[in-house]
Amino acid sequence: MSAAKIPLLRVEHLTMRFGGLVAVNDVSFDAWPGEITAIIGPNGAGKTTVFNCIAGFYRPSVGRLTLTNGEQQFLLERMYGNDIAGKARVARTFQNIRLFPKMTVLENLIVAQHNKLMRASGYTLLGLFGWKGYRKAEAEAVDRARYWLDRTNLLSVADEQAGSLPYGGQRRLEIARAMCTEPVLLCLDEPAAGLNPRESAELNGLLRFIRDHHNCGVLLIEHDMSVVMQISDHIIVLDYGKKIADGSPEEIRNDPAVIRAYLGEPETSEAGAA
Amino acid sequence: MTFAQRLRDAGLAALVAAVLALPLLGFETIDTGGPLGIRARFHWIAYAAVSVFIGRLALLAFFDWWRLRQGRPEPLQSNAPARKDILTRIGSQADKYLMPALIAFAIALPMMPFADRTVVDLATVVLIYVMLGWGLNIVVGLAGLLDLGYVAFYAVGAYTYALLSLNFGFGFWEALPLAGLFAATFGIILGFPVLRLRGDYLAIVTLGFGEIIRVVLLNWTDVTRGSNGITGIQRPSFFGFPFTSSPEDGQTAFHELFGLEYSSIHRIIFLYYVILVLALITNLFTMRIRKLPIGRAWEALREDEIACKALGINPTNTKLTAFAIGAMFGGFAGSFFATRQGFISPESFSFIESAVILAIVVLGGMGSQAGIVLAAAFLTLLPELAREFSLFRMLAFGAAMVLIMIWRPQGLLAHREPTLRLSTQPSSSGGGKP
Repeated sequence: MSAAKIPLLRVEHLTMRFGGLVAVNDVSFDAWPGEITAIIGPNGAGKTTVFNCIAGFYRPSVGRLTLTNGEQQFLLERMYGNDIAGKARVARTFQNIRLFPKMTVLENLIVAQHNKLMRASGYTLLGLFGWKGYRKAEAEAVDRARYWLDRTNLLSVADEQAGSLPYGGQRRLEIARAMCTEPVLLCLDEPAAGLNPRESAELNGLLRFIRDHHNCGVLLIEHDMSVVMQISDHIIVLDYGKKIADGSPEEIRNDPAVIRAYLGEPETSEAGAA
Repeated sequence: MTFAQRLRDAGLAALVAAVLALPLLGFETIDTGGPLGIRARFHWIAYAAVSVFIGRLALLAFFDWWRLRQGRPEPLQSNAPARKDILTRIGSQADKYLMPALIAFAIALPMMPFADRTVVDLATVVLIYVMLGWGLNIVVGLAGLLDLGYVAFYAVGAYTYALLSLNFGFGFWEALPLAGLFAATFGIILGFPVLRLRGDYLAIVTLGFGEIIRVVLLNWTDVTRGSNGITGIQRPSFFGFPFTSSPEDGQTAFHELFGLEYSSIHRIIFLYYVILVLALITNLFTMRIRKLPIGRAWEALREDEIACKALGINPTNTKLTAFAIGAMFGGFAGSFFATRQGFISPESFSFIESAVILAIVVLGGMGSQAGIVLAAAFLTLLPELAREFSLFRMLAFGAAMVLIMIWRPQGLLAHREPTLRLSTQPSSSGGGKP
């Protein structure tokens, strides 16, 4: 496949400064389609800043972010946040969950398909008069939502308020909502934070399923090494805003620079597992 | 509460009472023949302090006894959603039963035996506020944009019709869509600079916008005739048949058309039905648009703007449509107001109107259509009914609002009906990968 030759997302010389503080310093990496790429690093290493640059919440000080989707190429550093999600099809979740708490679980997933439905409703005008094409589009949107609810074990609570779900459910709903936008790149900011071991194992299954069956690249920030080491195809390690390592989980596990960054002491043998 | 605590509490209350009583009760004026003299009567302060002390002690004792009787510990952080009171239950059934009942009542009202001129007139005023409340509800209740200058759009609608009628001889029905369009344009003009703002900041800017419109109307005398207002605005006709006792040549009056005896109440009843239809259109529109992507995007924007952006929703356009559509209904209501009054002046569009409309939305329970009807009726009828105590009218009004907000901080009928439910959707056909 020719697609495998071109990275889905190419990050080149990404630098983000906030006043005098350099949060991300000259970071370059590639994320490939159909792979799970993890970004790890100690607290304050600049992982979330990288995410915010990719998703358009920050405009990078320096650097180029190229997203390639088949024939189309997008330079993300020049786009607005909502266009990155809507046109370049980059979906993201948040470290502190951001659902629409007073809307139902199903409504959260329907809102995620806003742009598609907006076109189908003739930018509201046709929809207002109950146009058939809109009703069909809405039924399709519900079907897609049902599919992801089924995948994330949320079918039974579809009509509950999203804010009333338990924590793990809210995490899964956020992923389902991101997937309802039919992304080519899914960015997950600490999806396993606050999950118990059983829930994190389920999350691993879900992420593998997304990678294998939806032709979607996954970019992941995570602290939970049981998630990172098991499912990542490719790991990037940041420390103090700089990339210190880049490679397969096996390589990262034994990389002295990584061990030093995490533990400060190079000689401990269990360091890789921490 | 222990007895010592109660004593201390009562003592404090007595002290406050004494301080307050000093200027209020401590002196009396006496007639000394010439100028008024002042005589101190400090024993009155003592009476006040002692009676407050005893009363407070008794009240505290009663509270403790009451709690004991209820078998409840002292109130902790109560879990509000757990207990469902009657209004919450009514709110959840509002769409099904309450709204149809209210609409049926509104349609039948002019035919009821007690419905004289005053009652129908009053009901018309209530309906104007219901319509304004429903219009503002799109902006505040659905999109979550706190708008303190809504009356500006009402004014734009009213003046659009008044000026079109005065200068170009437009009738009500021709001017109505133009008034709505014009108000919507103003909504967009206001919307653009304030898009980045949220919450309090947005409220301040919209407040300023409302004042700007009023001040312009007041000072642009060449066009708006300033504080004199515009008189002789064309009254509405029954689709071309005027409500007059003696129509001009070649015209047929409404009563002749139907072979009725001329009566001035015909026009009042007609106006009532016009505003009823306009208000119901607003309601129908809101109910429908809530279930469309734009309506869901408004609600999502209210809940979390950043998440909206991450889902590819354009917050700018979404906010602008909310502003424009809310303003449009304000404009419709405004031109109705102008045709009903026959006279408008900037005085009718002061800040207090915006405040009352916002109070209707908040009191009704943000986003609840039926709640807004109740709140509008309450807020317009209460000052009317309390006219006898004209001196204390505003006091009673304020006190009633404070009490309602203590009793139901979420609004009278706060209930959000989901826009769609999975259980009522037809089951998926293929069920495979989308």
